[in-house]
Amino acid sequence: MTGRRARIIAPWLIGVAAAVWVVAGAHYLTDMSAFLPAKPTELQSLLVDQLRDGPASRLIMIAVEGGGAESRAQVSGEMARRLRGDAEFSSVDNGAPADAERDRDRDFLFRHRYLLSDDVAAERFTAAGLRAALQETIGNLAAPTGLMMKELVPHDPTGEMLHIIDGLARTRGPRMLNGVWVAGDGSRALLVARTAAPGSDTDAQEHALQAIRGAFRAAVGAAGPGAALRLRMSGPGVFAVAARDKIKRAATRLSIASSLLVIGVLATVYRSAAAVLLGLLPVATGALCGIAAVALGFGAVHGITLGFGVTLIGESVDYSIYFFIQSRRRGAVRSWQQQFWPTVRLGMLTSVCGFASLLPSGFPGLAQLGVYSISGLVAAAAVTRFVLPQLLPRALEVRDVAPLGAWLGLQRDRLRRAAPGLRAGVACALALGAIAILVAQRSTLWNHELSRLSPISAEDLRTDAALRSDLGGADVLDVVVVSGSSLEAVLQGAERAGTALRASVDAGVIGDFDSPAAYLPSLAAQRARRDALPARTVLGAALHDADSGLDLDESRLAPFIEDVDAARRGALVTRDDLRGTTLAAGFDALIVHRSGRWSAMLPLHAPAAAAAPSIDLARVAAALAAARVTDARVLDMKAQTDALYSGYLQDAIRLSLYGLALIVLLLLAALRSPARVARVLAPLGLAVLMVAAGLALGGRQLNLLHLVGMLLIVAVGSNYALFFDAEPGAHDRATRSLTLASLAIANLATVIGFGLLSFSQVPVLEALGETVAPGAFLALLFAALMTSRAPVDA
Amino acid sequence: MTRRSRVLCLALLSGMAAGAAADDLDDVLRSLSGRRHGETKFVERHFLSLLKKPVESRGELIYDAPDRLQKRTTEPRPEDLLVNGNELTLVRGGRSRVLELDSYPAVAPFVEGIRATLAGDRAALERAFHLQFSGNAAHWTLALVPLDAGMAKVVSEVRIEGEKDDLLQVEIRQPDGDRSMMTLQPPGQ
Repeated sequence: MTGRRARIIAPWLIGVAAAVWVVAGAHYLTDMSAFLPAKPTELQSLLVDQLRDGPASRLIMIAVEGGGAESRAQVSGEMARRLRGDAEFSSVDNGAPADAERDRDRDFLFRHRYLLSDDVAAERFTAAGLRAALQETIGNLAAPTGLMMKELVPHDPTGEMLHIIDGLARTRGPRMLNGVWVAGDGSRALLVARTAAPGSDTDAQEHALQAIRGAFRAAVGAAGPGAALRLRMSGPGVFAVAARDKIKRAATRLSIASSLLVIGVLATVYRSAAAVLLGLLPVATGALCGIAAVALGFGAVHGITLGFGVTLIGESVDYSIYFFIQSRRRGAVRSWQQQFWPTVRLGMLTSVCGFASLLPSGFPGLAQLGVYSISGLVAAAAVTRFVLPQLLPRALEVRDVAPLGAWLGLQRDRLRRAAPGLRAGVACALALGAIAILVAQRSTLWNHELSRLSPISAEDLRTDAALRSDLGGADVLDVVVVSGSSLEAVLQGAERAGTALRASVDAGVIGDFDSPAAYLPSLAAQRARRDALPARTVLGAALHDADSGLDLDESRLAPFIEDVDAARRGALVTRDDLRGTTLAAGFDALIVHRSGRWSAMLPLHAPAAAAAPSIDLARVAAALAAARVTDARVLDMKAQTDALYSGYLQDAIRLSLYGLALIVLLLLAALRSPARVARVLAPLGLAVLMVAAGLALGGRQLNLLHLVGMLLIVAVGSNYALFFDAEPGAHDRATRSLTLASLAIANLATVIGFGLLSFSQVPVLEALGETVAPGAFLALLFAALMTSRAPVDA
Repeated sequence: MTRRSRVLCLALLSGMAAGAAADDLDDVLRSLSGRRHGETKFVERHFLSLLKKPVESRGELIYDAPDRLQKRTTEPRPEDLLVNGNELTLVRGGRSRVLELDSYPAVAPFVEGIRATLAGDRAALERAFHLQFSGNAAHWTLALVPLDAGMAKVVSEVRIEGEKDDLLQVEIRQPDGDRSMMTLQPPGQ
């Protein structure tokens, strides 16, 4: 016996240890990618890149509030100084120029102006071209800002530098006060930080937020006491960190609370500490195996999958409840294994079929839920069947709950004494009523907005909107994306798209746009520009011709001829030349390189004239199409994101229906009777319908997690129905009482576990709770009344 | 009169003259400050060593008390410069950009000089410039020398010439000898 014991317990212990090892070393994700498709279309993958790594994902908006305007400005300056020295950030901007960087930027632009300026072409250096350019420069000298550019003229009489700076210019920035950016009403100082790490790297985002808080505290400390200043931050990274904290807190609190409650119920029922502890083994093993399986299968575990772990307590604890209560009688474990295990196993397999339908989902979040549930349930059931019997102390005695079962049986029979026709009629009426409600509300039944799953509070969203509107042009939502197989290819594409977009700016369709090619032109464009530069003697002659009709003093332009000559012989500019300038960060933020595919992002700015800043994207797309820029696409992020989630939901609904078909097939194979299958499934279907109708009546729009909850109702409820189905004949009356009591207690545990979830502030957990708690109760009630064919005791 | 007393007398006289000039400046500034809004056309000639002959620009100067000044150049290249408080907005070639006046020493002396003069704000003038007033309330010249070293590097002097509460000319002199002369059209002409 001991040898047999060791043969069972040792593998279990090894398995648990391995699972612990995998779980401890696993990588956990809390970003949006659970909701992003694993095998996306091209447009979707652009969206995924944007949401994960794009310039918008790295943005942290910072506001300093309270105190006086001057101390806010001082703190803003000090924070910017500290954060600029931090490698976590690729750029930090508070409106004040960072002198050293600006000088390096100017230096870079000036040195490479003949490669960077898209005005450089052969015609520009003919006598006629030079005359036009010089004429323009003379005009510029007479303009109010002429004094600023006077020094440049001997080197750059054609004004390439000015042209480049204009090309890099952003739309109107925030208001300035005391040398820094402030909100429209001046009530807060504003900074914008861009993290070096992508927005999807929540750990890095959390570090960045801590660095900002640290810089704020240090800056306030430097400003002296009495500066009652507050720090506010918003942006995708801030949201990701907040969401992770919130889900983590809620999941931890709720799992502790529901564990305690379930343990309380079990302790009351069993009156045996050993039984309670043993009863938790299948639950713990199941949760561990579930997470380990996900980590092994997917490489990383999504936060939502962990949150779901709480819910497994509700179902896997049922197995041990059945085991302890049903096997108490006759003290015979072996007879439980023979009599009841087949039913438990069938119920477990039914659940597995339901969750297996999620496996082929194209969305990692759903597929992970499937893997987690299946491996967790199988492990919990196996531990109950094989390990628990080996661990049972000889003297284990749990309380006899047969009286409870007998009383419940009496109540049930009272209800069942009504004519079978009447019962069927009531069930049909309830089902039809629920269906009628669902059909009436079908257009608004499902919520198609991804944001509804987000745990971000309305107040945080308001802060975000306020800061975005304060910062104006910093809000990047609409982008033109150019994809290609190399950096050079996407830069060339960005240049072609830029020509079309420039026309859209002139037409007032967009206010402005950024392009990586403005920081670093393609090598082809640079080469063409370099080739267009004339030889020294040619340029000298052309300049002489051009200047004859002009007032510019030709003798002062010697540096120009020198510089053009140097540029003709110089090397082309590459990404490495950008190092040490702020332009490097600007460039990097607009280029995404992932698995051999390159994308250039051209963020669009809304036209300033529009009352509500918005862009007619169809017109932009038309302009790109007309210019035959075929590798460029317009990405409307909000519409795309919602379309993506909508597809996700459709996918889940479709797969759930496949799961239902799979369950029917399994039960047909196991029970070999369509009538029995119908009797098992009818109460579950009715429970699901009633819950869905109830939620709809309560004004709830169903989302993805409600759907997962319905799958869980079927998974949990199938155990009940199968026990009732197996009831007649095989067992005596006392056994039936025990079965009924075990089902009632298991149901109580489930309702407690999920009932707690419905109080959660995290929408995904709340949705699960409010679906499964009432659904599980209804499933038991209906199964007791509809499935059982046990004789009604007189 | 002894030689010594003559010196004393001269000193007193010049002191009185300075006092009178100061009073005249206050008078001029007071009458200027009475005007809440003004707009006038201008012609500006730029004398630059880079150019063989001066280049001319034209446009309109608009002032709203106390601190809004707009210089709208229409020829030869349209460029709009708007200053509101310390906020400088430049519109050129359909693009607008917002800067801070303080950080642009090439623009600040002109704007600060004219704006504070039109506002009659002597304290503001004295914060930014060393003041030298000559003439009288009927016809006067106010020479402003920037105190800030950064500004002084770009602009050595702003000379504003006026009659009563009208500005006639604004000259900007640069350390390298370049200068510009803006002639304002008196109202009603």
